[in-house]
Amino acid sequence: MHEMSIAQSLVAIIKEEMEKHGLTRLHAVRVCHGRLAALVPEALSFAFEACTLGTPLEGVQLEMQDIPIVLRCSQCATEFSPEEGDLFMPCPKCGEGLGHEVLQGKELYLDNIEAE
Amino acid sequence: MEVPVVRNILEANDRISAQLRKLFAQHRILVLNLISSPGSGKTSTLERTLTDLAGEFKMAVIEGDLRTDNDARRVAATGAQAVQINTDGACHLDSSMIQEALEAIDLSGLDILFVENVGNLVCPAEFEVGEDYKVSLLSVTEGDDKPEKYPLLFAESAVMLLNKTDLLPYVDFDMARAERFARALNKDIAVFPVSCRSREGLGAWYDWLRDKVREKKNA
Repeated sequence: MHEMSIAQSLVAIIKEEMEKHGLTRLHAVRVCHGRLAALVPEALSFAFEACTLGTPLEGVQLEMQDIPIVLRCSQCATEFSPEEGDLFMPCPKCGEGLGHEVLQGKELYLDNIEAE
Repeated sequence: MEVPVVRNILEANDRISAQLRKLFAQHRILVLNLISSPGSGKTSTLERTLTDLAGEFKMAVIEGDLRTDNDARRVAATGAQAVQINTDGACHLDSSMIQEALEAIDLSGLDILFVENVGNLVCPAEFEVGEDYKVSLLSVTEGDDKPEKYPLLFAESAVMLLNKTDLLPYVDFDMARAERFARALNKDIAVFPVSCRSREGLGAWYDWLRDKVREKKNA
């Protein structure tokens, strides 16, 4: 349940960005998260709601986009995305199952905001 | 209007973590972030390590717990410096908590700083605390599929300690399976089967610590 910490950091960044661009009304927020990043979208939405209650950011829905995992095979360097629910699948080209490098899937970032 | 941002949400934590790393580098202190589920033996492993290596290294511990200072007292009994952080329910330590705890630690001449994280395999993996390495602990009384269920932690760890091996005859834990899945996304992870109770296997873990302290001193 680290979503509360994430929500608090998110609110701080949003406020900073709005100030920087002279914006006062927030309409939408888009967060991208890698599938390895163990983020529970519902928990983050709930935490964000709790953090923004009674503030100018109240009522804004988070849009969450998940980023698929991409691995590079430790043997033949083939890049592949493990199928849903099968993170530990062997390389589809050479069958190697060990030591793949994670190229994508650990991300957690604020992609953009919509505000005026 | 739409404003592109693309900022790491945990950047504030990462920034403090980078500051801590710089500080630890100046003092040439090896910093290890110890992560496991509750009850895997983090504190017992530390007690054993601090006792056995007391003559070789100057060590300190930052203890993270939801409540109580039981663990800090256990660890301090070995003679090492120990500071307790009570997270009041928070599921992980973050860099600012470490920064605060450091006020109570004398860094001069320190060789190793252990950060014992809150017992949890999910959240601590996301929050750096200025460590050189993450060390994950898994005990054989847990499921051997933990590395499958919590891939991020094991992908990020430099070491996996498989603790309580003295209990292997009584449980169905498959060491090879745990190791295989830990290596699937982390070919370089060092795996040390240990028992804090019988002391079996601790030598390999201590040798790893000696190597890493030496590397840090020569960095």
